[in-house]
Amino acid sequence: MNLTVSSSPHVRGNDSTRRIMRDVNIALLPALIFGIAHFGIRAGVVTIVSIAAAVITELAANRFLFRDHRELDGSAVVTGMLLAMTLPATVPYWVAAFGSVFAILVVKAFCGGLGQNAFNPALAARALLVLLFPTSMVRYAAVNGFFGGMDAVTAATPLHHMVMPALPEQSLLDMFLGNIPGSIGEVSALALLLGGAYLVWRKVISLRIPVAYLGTVAVLTLVFHKTDDAFGWMLYSLLGGGVILGAIFMATDYATSPVTPKGQILYGIGCGALTVLFRYFGLFPEGVTYAILIMNALSWAMDRWTAPVRFGSKGGAV
Amino acid sequence: MKHLFFGGLHPAGRKELSSNAQLDTAFQPKTVAIAMQQHIGAPCTPLVQVGDLVKKGQKIGDGQGLCVPVHASVSGKVIAVEPRRHPSGRDILSVVIENDGLDTPDTTLVPHPDYSGLDVDTLLAIIREAGVVGHGGAAFPSNMKALTSLGKIDTLIANACECEPYITADDILLRTSPEQVLEGMRIVTKILNPDRVVLAIEDNKPKAVEALKQTLAGKDDVEIQVLPTRYPQGAEKQLIQAVTGRQIPPGQLPSSVQCAVFNAATFYAVYRAVCLGQPVTERIVTVTGEAVKNPKNFLCRIGTSYQELIEAAGGLTEDVWKVICGGPMMGFAQDDLSVVTIKGTNSVLCLAQFRNQEKENPLCIRCGRCVQVCPMHLQPLYLYRYRDNTAELNRYYVMDCIECGCCAYTCPGKLPLVEVIRKGKSKVREAAGK
Repeated sequence: MNLTVSSSPHVRGNDSTRRIMRDVNIALLPALIFGIAHFGIRAGVVTIVSIAAAVITELAANRFLFRDHRELDGSAVVTGMLLAMTLPATVPYWVAAFGSVFAILVVKAFCGGLGQNAFNPALAARALLVLLFPTSMVRYAAVNGFFGGMDAVTAATPLHHMVMPALPEQSLLDMFLGNIPGSIGEVSALALLLGGAYLVWRKVISLRIPVAYLGTVAVLTLVFHKTDDAFGWMLYSLLGGGVILGAIFMATDYATSPVTPKGQILYGIGCGALTVLFRYFGLFPEGVTYAILIMNALSWAMDRWTAPVRFGSKGGAV
Repeated sequence: MKHLFFGGLHPAGRKELSSNAQLDTAFQPKTVAIAMQQHIGAPCTPLVQVGDLVKKGQKIGDGQGLCVPVHASVSGKVIAVEPRRHPSGRDILSVVIENDGLDTPDTTLVPHPDYSGLDVDTLLAIIREAGVVGHGGAAFPSNMKALTSLGKIDTLIANACECEPYITADDILLRTSPEQVLEGMRIVTKILNPDRVVLAIEDNKPKAVEALKQTLAGKDDVEIQVLPTRYPQGAEKQLIQAVTGRQIPPGQLPSSVQCAVFNAATFYAVYRAVCLGQPVTERIVTVTGEAVKNPKNFLCRIGTSYQELIEAAGGLTEDVWKVICGGPMMGFAQDDLSVVTIKGTNSVLCLAQFRNQEKENPLCIRCGRCVQVCPMHLQPLYLYRYRDNTAELNRYYVMDCIECGCCAYTCPGKLPLVEVIRKGKSKVREAAGK
């Protein structure tokens, strides 16, 4: 008889990295499907190219860089999908592929791989693409529906209107449903919120970061409104651009956000404040990408600043 | 329901495997090996030699300092005095007795059914002579715990949480002997004179709660506090927090927050010592797990080998993977079934191969679940990350870890967190010793 002797605990929960990544992918599907239906089949091809490039790069990194028998865990699929969702459907395929390779190889693998990267791979890749290929990155396809063929004419997103500043011409309902121009995965608030609800229900994420993030954006845009209709300005600020996609799927990225409850709230507030700051004073209409990337850099430090109160340190006897 | 301490989780209980079987009181081992060290402190010196005839309950080992005696758990002949396998994994000097099956009693200890006239020193001496130690696992000599708590506490707590999965020994004890446990609490109450006397039990043991309430029959000298089930509620620090709201400061004892905690089975042992004049020679042991054929509870003689106990429970199945002394969250895996039960042994757990075990190359994804479940408010992921850096380990309070296993249980990356943190603690201890 061969008895195994190893350290306690001798039982383990059912959770696994693979299951978590699968849940994130499932949660992204509503927004992705909406994006494909909305912008046409090219949006789907961009996504497939981005995912394929991410997975192939991950396989290569596991084979040649790490050599410690890493398996595919679904995280590269998440990165590829997330990057595609931040891109306009008109983006050249090779730009999407280039972004994915950069995300997986430089941002993630060179930092030590899964869980070790300081910056969100998809967002860091997006930041690089905006820098290198600005024309490809801001040419948003007009809404023309599934199989509608890609229009060469570019459409102004609601955020472009808001820079003027003016409330966009689209109705709030269209903004909520996603009947607006924009990046593949950012337009439908409804689809993103559905995915977010799924992640919360599956306990993959907590509400702390998304609520702190969106709440901060709401409060700041309400107080510092740029049109007479303060409440409308706030709602358009929340529904326009990538702030919901960022708050639910980017800012909650495990590797690049704090692990302590207090740290997560602080981090969400920081993301929200920087987003509004960059939107109001930055070069681009959007500020989500850079807001989250800057907060990424602070995550580990925030864990230290917000370490849980040591057990028993608040005095013993009541 | 709101839980009363931070963190924790709900591992699959699996208590139904053994909680419905009858308590087996007839089981008699062929031989017993009484280890000379069954408690925290100094080991005993054997008082008998090979060839001696001993009676059940006869003192066969004793020592000085932080030490309580050990007793023969059967009557019969001493056939060896030699090192035998101990649940700690080491070989410990043991007195091996061949059971003659007669249970000829030793009558050195005098029963005191009415203990009201005994003073504190006499009661403590009786508890010491009966070899009473904590029955929850750590096995601290009970007389010393009581002595060091004298005059310092306002709350006495009986720990009947039994929060580890699978184990049902305390559950069965409280269902079969509630009166004796409560009487044991009254004896310790007489010694320590607390303002509040609480028996804390989790709500997954309704039969035991019912038995206790019926026994109390309206008396209110002992408060039965039914806590929402949550692991590790039975850990001393967490239990005190759940019952009183107080947190023991780092490195301090329960008496620093005016509390004393004893296991429910320890109170039973105190009752037997004082009222019946019986030393600790037996206790309830749960033999359970998917890899044993007939899981059940035994009234088990101290010193019985795992081999004999498991055979009495129908033997192991083909797919046995681990045999554990204690529970699945904090127990010790055994490599040899000649290992014997000691006073702190509450369970022999036989596990079949589980899925969800260690991965070849575990990776931390910083999901933070370990932080959410740590009842000691630690950040296990950083204790793992800085495992070789004693300065960082101290900075993250590695020595506060109680090794409850919540972090490793919940970790989706299957990191060996407890193992690594335990090694980190010894590194810190070594560094401090230099």
